[in-house]
Amino acid sequence: MAARRGFGKRDAGRAAGENAGLHRFAVFTACATLLLIVAGGLVTSTESGLSVPDWPLSYGRLMPPMVGGIFYEHGHRMIATTVGLLTVLLAIWLARREPRAWVRRLGYAALAAVVAQGVLGGLTVLFLLPTAISVAHACLAQTFFCLVVTLALATSPRWRDGGIAEASAVSRIGAAAVAAIFLQLLIGAVMRHDKAGLAIPDFPLAFGRVVPDITSFAVAIHYAHRVWAVVVAGMVIACLVAAVRSRRPGLARTGVGLALLVVVQILLGGATVLTRKAVPIATAHVATGALLLATALALTLGARRIPLARAGGRGAAEAVPPPRGAMAWK
Amino acid sequence: MLKRSLLLFLLVPALALSLTACGGKDEDAEADEDATPAAKSAAAAPAGGTAPAAAPATGGATLTGKVTFTGGSPAKETIKMDADAFCKSAHSAPVYTEEAVVNANGTLDWVLVYVKDVQGKFPAPTTAVTLDQRGCQYHPHVFGLQAGQDLKIINSDGTLHNIHALPKVNAEFNIGQPFPKMETIKKFDKPEVPVRFKCDVHKWMGAYAGVFTHPFFATTSDQGTFEIKNLPPGTYTVEAWHEKYGTQTSSVTVSGTETKTVDFGFKG
Repeated sequence: MAARRGFGKRDAGRAAGENAGLHRFAVFTACATLLLIVAGGLVTSTESGLSVPDWPLSYGRLMPPMVGGIFYEHGHRMIATTVGLLTVLLAIWLARREPRAWVRRLGYAALAAVVAQGVLGGLTVLFLLPTAISVAHACLAQTFFCLVVTLALATSPRWRDGGIAEASAVSRIGAAAVAAIFLQLLIGAVMRHDKAGLAIPDFPLAFGRVVPDITSFAVAIHYAHRVWAVVVAGMVIACLVAAVRSRRPGLARTGVGLALLVVVQILLGGATVLTRKAVPIATAHVATGALLLATALALTLGARRIPLARAGGRGAAEAVPPPRGAMAWK
Repeated sequence: MLKRSLLLFLLVPALALSLTACGGKDEDAEADEDATPAAKSAAAAPAGGTAPAAAPATGGATLTGKVTFTGGSPAKETIKMDADAFCKSAHSAPVYTEEAVVNANGTLDWVLVYVKDVQGKFPAPTTAVTLDQRGCQYHPHVFGLQAGQDLKIINSDGTLHNIHALPKVNAEFNIGQPFPKMETIKKFDKPEVPVRFKCDVHKWMGAYAGVFTHPFFATTSDQGTFEIKNLPPGTYTVEAWHEKYGTQTSSVTVSGTETKTVDFGFKG
């Protein structure tokens, strides 16, 4: 608290430097988290999840020989530990230097999420990869990624120097797209951990038809993943149209990026089936899913921020003065 | 304040690491408790192509037979052991997968043959069945044992293995054997065919077990033959199971101490 009270006494240059450092650190943590998601995807793709049967140690040691499946499983644990430590540091940094209470709270939430994620990772090993725990582990990974991406955005100079924009088509459709992508990641996690990735062996058709006979849960969840992918693609197109119409170049660029990602993601999904779940393809599919979610989130959050410099121009009409609750959303 | 926070940040994980390192010693101790004395290995059934002798002492009929294979012999698949330098150096000659091994005489290796629906109670033998991890392969590749019988799992390699049993009826387990000569005893309580074993460290390692309430089972030898002894009089269904080619059944009636022949044929 003393540090926050003293925050105003610092000269502007030093404060700006610290803010830039905090932002860079938050971005670094987000990148490390994406790497962690890739490492987690590799563990599942190579079916190495149980190559280390104990937890928190690995074969009773901190560093087992990195042979065979252990390379992936223990490598995942090492990256996870690093991300955990980065998150601890980020939360402390935010607690000491971040004036906005909601950002500090988001840092604490990220810390709680990464601890819970570590525990879930351990439980999924000790209980021999039960689908429920493995799916929870996969989904919390995406939630944690969203938290650190939000922190990276909220600590950016553009965000700090911006004002609040009214809810718009971009923010509304973007929020819906975030929810839809998250649901798709949930369905994908169930499909992956239930080993239903090849339950429908052909692509783009399903058993040579548009609508296959649903003969098992595996076929049902696999087909649901494909159907919902179409819904997600539709929402992403809607996001793109809204972003372009907003006449905000930053949003339009993010919208284009989102659309490109969804195209890549659908191609990777098809390639995953056609290559019989080739490890690099299946893992890239997981990583692109996370990137898709983060980009939709960035678009949605970005739509609610507007540069203050534009307050006198076209943006004035959509900028909202923040008298009440301004500190909660600054 | 930032310095104090950094100091705290460094100290807390260091303390946590030292605590978990202490915990590691305890876990090793637990592993040792799980391991059995080496002396037990003397009583273990020999690892090999045939099932351990687990039949009653005397009496009963004998079933013999062979399992032939017709159709194109499956191509031999070389196992690449590049993932672990120890495994790679353990073999001077190429090592092939054991998923489908057709013997030189046209018979099929690694077929588990067993009698179904046997009435009566047959106590589990006191000798253990051994599953050895040697040269980064399981020995034997297919075997049978009785419910309640000890399964002794040995690591004869200079590298670590995890042993992951994937039964559907019995309890699944996954244990680590990080040190050479480690031994672990496990049991299966209920009859089940097959129970798959795999090593998640070395993806190529796989084995199968059949768990029975009786001792009337055998695995085909490298000549494709099997022998089941001391079968009580009666009419039985005999089943042959292969991991790739599925099952075949045959009916047989035995009496006294006679010997009956039951042959099976699998198609590729």
